[in-house]
Amino acid sequence: MELVCPAGNLPSLKAAVENGANAVYMGFRDATNARHFPGLNFNESNTAKAIELAHSRGVKVLLAVNTYPQPHNWGDWQTAVDRAAGMGFDALIAADLGVLDYAANRHPQLPLHLSVQGSATNYEALRFYHKNFGIRRAVLPRVLSLSQVRHVVENSPVEIEVFGFGSLCVMVEGRCLLSSFAAGQSPNTFGACSPAESVEWRETPNALETRLGGILIERYGKTDRAGYPTICKGRFEAGGHTYHAIEDPTSLNTLGVLPDLIKMGIAAIKIEGRQRSPAYVAEVARVWRQAIDAATRDPDHFNPKGEWNAALAKVSEGAQTTLGALHRPWQ
Amino acid sequence: MTDTPIKPRLSLGPVLYYWPEQDLHAFYDQVADSAVDIVYLGETVCSKRRSLNFEGWMDLAAKLAEAGKEVVLSAMTLLEAESELLALRRICGNGRFMVEANDMGAVALLAGKGPFVAGTGVNTYNQHSLAVLARQGLKRWVLPVELSKQTLAAMQRERPAGVETEVFAYGRLPLAYSARCYTARHHNLPKDDCQLRCLDYPDGLLLKTQEGQPFLALNGIQTQSAQTHSLLPELDEVLELGVDILRISPQSHHTLAVIEAFRKGLEQPVTAKQQQEAILRFMPTGPCDGYWNNRPGIEQSL
Repeated sequence: MELVCPAGNLPSLKAAVENGANAVYMGFRDATNARHFPGLNFNESNTAKAIELAHSRGVKVLLAVNTYPQPHNWGDWQTAVDRAAGMGFDALIAADLGVLDYAANRHPQLPLHLSVQGSATNYEALRFYHKNFGIRRAVLPRVLSLSQVRHVVENSPVEIEVFGFGSLCVMVEGRCLLSSFAAGQSPNTFGACSPAESVEWRETPNALETRLGGILIERYGKTDRAGYPTICKGRFEAGGHTYHAIEDPTSLNTLGVLPDLIKMGIAAIKIEGRQRSPAYVAEVARVWRQAIDAATRDPDHFNPKGEWNAALAKVSEGAQTTLGALHRPWQ
Repeated sequence: MTDTPIKPRLSLGPVLYYWPEQDLHAFYDQVADSAVDIVYLGETVCSKRRSLNFEGWMDLAAKLAEAGKEVVLSAMTLLEAESELLALRRICGNGRFMVEANDMGAVALLAGKGPFVAGTGVNTYNQHSLAVLARQGLKRWVLPVELSKQTLAAMQRERPAGVETEVFAYGRLPLAYSARCYTARHHNLPKDDCQLRCLDYPDGLLLKTQEGQPFLALNGIQTQSAQTHSLLPELDEVLELGVDILRISPQSHHTLAVIEAFRKGLEQPVTAKQQQEAILRFMPTGPCDGYWNNRPGIEQSL
């Protein structure tokens, strides 16, 4: 099982490579990828450096061009695909039908992965992408239970990658427009959920308010730890109750089901967090390397070590972690 | 762009909520006599909603076809379980009515087997994606709801021959889908034991911000806008862009009045803004049209 780690910049990429990643994924510095945040991602010169560094250590480099172009900016996605093909990436991670079609026809030698943003939750969809674009791997949205994931793997024509750790989208990826409803830009169109320029932190006499596009997402007491205003993690009022109507601020952590994932034939575990620090990448990669090695050696006697969970808890967003949809009762 | 704009047809989208069987029958009895040309039928949100089974939907489809409506069967948006794929295969293989795919799994089953519709659940964001779907037999696509009139105009210029364009013109906007059910969560129930609480919310459950601003509507595993998206005031722009079909999304009350307002608006486009005034009171928490104008979807122009 491959460990696929996030690289938002060169220091993070180094941290991943030095701590046991089998592959890293990254994006260019524009809206063509789903972590389009200020100061993040790679330009032409450090892309070349990144690939050289990773390849020198036998680590694969995957490029995410996984957002949805529109007619007026199609050229940016086409350029990104062409650059990817010429620079020696090991695979392109894409979501849009047009982008996949272009890449498959123009650069047939470039392996394709279906991004989680492609929103394929079932093997019929995977068969379509395999038949039409020859994808080799697909990343599953974080909406399936463990038995549903197993069923997809058993019937899929391609390798399956799942998320193992990090921030948790509770909506099916690629089909969530909450961000653009409030702020005009979404992961699909802009590569960012809650884009920074639409986020406000407003001090009031009794509270700290977070807003997106002017809309109140959360109100924190003076001593609370304030989180970034993503709509699905805000508190709203329904039927007279104010609560986390969609999701508590928790992170995904699937260490507890790692042996199941290995046994069912999951090809790769993805770590979320290209927007996080190199220290985060180093810590998470180190723990997951050890865990995957231990679970592969002896899946029947695998127990996540206390120190692993403690290390992961330190870098989690919010205080809690969850198995997410993999654990049916969570749904 | 055509010299004389074609007059769009009206469609009625699938009922996005969980209504009891008798309500569905009463509703579609009225629809049979209404001005809509096309009716989309079926459950697209949650497979636990079973007011009608496959045969029930097919009977309804036959009735509406007899009444002169073009009927399209709409398929589920988020497909997770094998049982959902089995239901999908039955719909796709129904042998009589065209099918609206709301997931690439449905596209996979429909590809190369005759005409199909790509609904709002299929991400068709550019002309190249449209071309891919057209090669598979696409008859009609629905503009993703977050895209603007500028994007629509550009896609209309490069639309493959024979493909029709439909726009979501009225209703609470479908914004997101999840593994979790937020209606069950509201009642502190697990999804697997939801007690079918969606039956209590025939237009969804309103979510307000902590300062009382209507924001979203929870509809089981689907999240919608609280505001009702309406392009009625923008009908002149819609007509200029050569849109073939305008979709009205059903609500529990006054849908027929909304259909009438659109019919009158299409007949006399100069009165479209007045028609919007006439139906404002039927919108549970007011209108929005931001997406059409390349703005945040919640905004309302003017």
